[in-house]
Amino acid sequence: MDFHGYTTGNFYDELINTDGEPRPDAQQLVEHINALPQHELRNRQKAAERALHQQGITFSVYGDKKGTEKIFPFDVLPRIITSNEWTSLELGMKQRIKALNLFIDDIYNDQKILKDGIIPKDLVLSSECYSPECQGLKPPKGIWIHITGTDLVRDNSGEFYVLEDNLRCPSGISYVLQNRSILKRTLPKAFAAMHARPVSDYGDHLYETLRHIAPAGIDTPNIIVLTPGIYNSAYYEHSFLAQQMGVPLAQGSDLTIIDDHVMLRTTRGFEQVDVIYRRIDDDYLDPQVFNKDSLLGVPGIMECYRKGNVALANAPGTGIADDKAVYAYVPQIIQYYLGEEPIINNVPTYICDDAKARDYVLANLDKLVVKAVNLSGGYGMLIGPVSTPAERAEFAAKIKANPRDYIAQPTLALSRTPTIIDDVIEGRHVDFRPYILYGESIFVLPGGLTRVALTKDSLVVNSSQGGGSKDTWVLGEAADTLNETHSSQATRGSGHA
Amino acid sequence: MLSRTANSIYWMSRYLERADNVARFIDVNTRLILDMGRARQDAQWEPLVLATGDEEEFKSRYTTFDEHSTVKFLTFDKENPNSILSCVQHVRENARTVREIISSEMWENINALYHLVRKHSRKREIDDLQKFLKQVHQATHLFAGLIENTMSHTESWHFARMGRLIERADKTARMLDVKYFLLLPTGETVDSLQDTVEWGAVLKSVSGFEMYRKQFHRAQYKNVTQFLILDEDFPRAINYCINMAARSLMIIVKSLEIENTASQAMSQFQKFLAGATIEDILAIGLHEFIDEIQLKLNTVDQCIYQSFFALKESEATAHKVDKQVS
Repeated sequence: MDFHGYTTGNFYDELINTDGEPRPDAQQLVEHINALPQHELRNRQKAAERALHQQGITFSVYGDKKGTEKIFPFDVLPRIITSNEWTSLELGMKQRIKALNLFIDDIYNDQKILKDGIIPKDLVLSSECYSPECQGLKPPKGIWIHITGTDLVRDNSGEFYVLEDNLRCPSGISYVLQNRSILKRTLPKAFAAMHARPVSDYGDHLYETLRHIAPAGIDTPNIIVLTPGIYNSAYYEHSFLAQQMGVPLAQGSDLTIIDDHVMLRTTRGFEQVDVIYRRIDDDYLDPQVFNKDSLLGVPGIMECYRKGNVALANAPGTGIADDKAVYAYVPQIIQYYLGEEPIINNVPTYICDDAKARDYVLANLDKLVVKAVNLSGGYGMLIGPVSTPAERAEFAAKIKANPRDYIAQPTLALSRTPTIIDDVIEGRHVDFRPYILYGESIFVLPGGLTRVALTKDSLVVNSSQGGGSKDTWVLGEAADTLNETHSSQATRGSGHA
Repeated sequence: MLSRTANSIYWMSRYLERADNVARFIDVNTRLILDMGRARQDAQWEPLVLATGDEEEFKSRYTTFDEHSTVKFLTFDKENPNSILSCVQHVRENARTVREIISSEMWENINALYHLVRKHSRKREIDDLQKFLKQVHQATHLFAGLIENTMSHTESWHFARMGRLIERADKTARMLDVKYFLLLPTGETVDSLQDTVEWGAVLKSVSGFEMYRKQFHRAQYKNVTQFLILDEDFPRAINYCINMAARSLMIIVKSLEIENTASQAMSQFQKFLAGATIEDILAIGLHEFIDEIQLKLNTVDQCIYQSFFALKESEATAHKVDKQVS
């Protein structure tokens, strides 16, 4: 199995030029793969899958009563992001996160941006993701969005666009780290030769990010990860992150409130908790404030938070900037708070609440992607070009009934990248999710999750709908020719992974 | 550490030990049967179920105590909460909830055992029962090595060890009971050739024959009983298990500096065993003595639960707020 006979179709390909030659930065990788003995790549793919299975790196499928666990499909051919591409992505992500953080802080405090008429007031305040409960909150150090996993896509021209911001509880980072650790064993030589930038220190960065927001005067805070429990689809990630940071992994039932402090039930008695990386959605966080029926959260935790006795990451209320109709205004948000042009563009978005846009959307349902403003993960979505008339009629009715709940975007010809499909290498569509930490400064992990739609021609990359993942190599400098000193060091290093 | 986590690691360890011991039960029985006259083979499997204490459960779904039903009940019966399959599922479930506490190697070992047992459980018949039982033993031994060498010997490690030893003490006691049920020692049979062979099988099932021989040379009722209950050095002897569990408990209590009822219960148990001689045991009767041991084990287990795992809201003010990360 190799790259001979591989075609890019009419798509932008992450590794291969339209003339069928490897892109300069992917040259070494392609040559390495082509030089492998027959069946070797397939064997390595199988070995990687076995390793994932043995390590029990699985997710559970929602709606499956037996709690069936599946391996998140993994493709050993990495996706490459060049040093130049990364420089601009990194700047763009920092700019965007900084602006969105200012926006959220403004919305829950002075609402200047609404008063100045940059975004329609109704659009923001009518959002299901707007939490009146968060009005007046002042999170520690003014940071709301400590951990973000932004979804980026590339179109036919190779330009990156932001598709979704994911400012609440983005998942997937554990796969980034595990994919890397497996790929270092799968393609050690190619990895060593290409100087991909390391991602394994994410846990240290995350720990520092959380330590930064501890209540004043606490130098070594008690930090915990809060999970909904082992039946949550991302439980593996929650335990992985707790392990990476060496902090306890708690469930709501492990916590109680004493004198407006969050306390952990330990074998020693009660211990005060200072910082919580919570992987429970706002709705379930505190039944006294949000969803009254939640059994997952901690009753009274919001009061402790308001009093500054505990820090939460991410802060409650950040979903307001995740609303897909609000998303449409991010370019204006960046301009308003930073006075800058966005470095990474948005995908053009039609807000169905706007009568003119709605008419256009309804007339062009077969060409557009329609999304529910408050859903992610590929749920509540219509992909016009592959939809049936019945599906379009259903969405037309939904849009007319609740226009505020929908937006539409042109169907992008997502970029593709070579992927192992049975015994051949074929192009499959991908997106890219880098992870951003906002602590003392904004840090973008040089890597990320490349999700791949394994079904031929599919544009849906979500793991719940047949998507898989790949390792993403962000190259340090331009991939130079094999330098002996470098390569021997790198090979030694990779042996420890 | 979290009370819930301590509970999970304790039970992870207990269930793994239980799975291993159920495998040993089956093992001892199949060894015994090979050396038996045909007439007694038929009555052979019932005592096994009696000794596990799951007789009611068995009778609700099976009609006869034949080999096929009994082995199925003890290995892959999903509804039997103490079958090897159920135990291993509990082990993995508990391990999942403490995955950030245990080492990756330990987790992968448990995961591999789970997949092994699941794979066998889906087959209609076990093609090689002995091999399967041996694989379960091997995985448990591997785990014992991993926990020894890949995990810091802190509080959580001691909870795991305590769980393993308490479970083991219980199962060694039950193993002795299997033999007791099987063949009530009477004047004629005690220490006959037949009896010697059977006690040998019991010793082999706890990997103890070789160590036993170094002390007593011949497999005799009295000596085997003494060895498996009172020996201070053999790792499956009840006395050894309780002394080591007590040592772990002492270290836990010392590091936590909290009031607890488990220490007292444990030390009473230790004294009870230290004061017993084989003559006392035989005078009371082995079965009765084992009953007493099991009562004491239950008390210790209850006290451990109350002292460390079940932390009540009202105790909030009893403990002083401590900032240290466990």
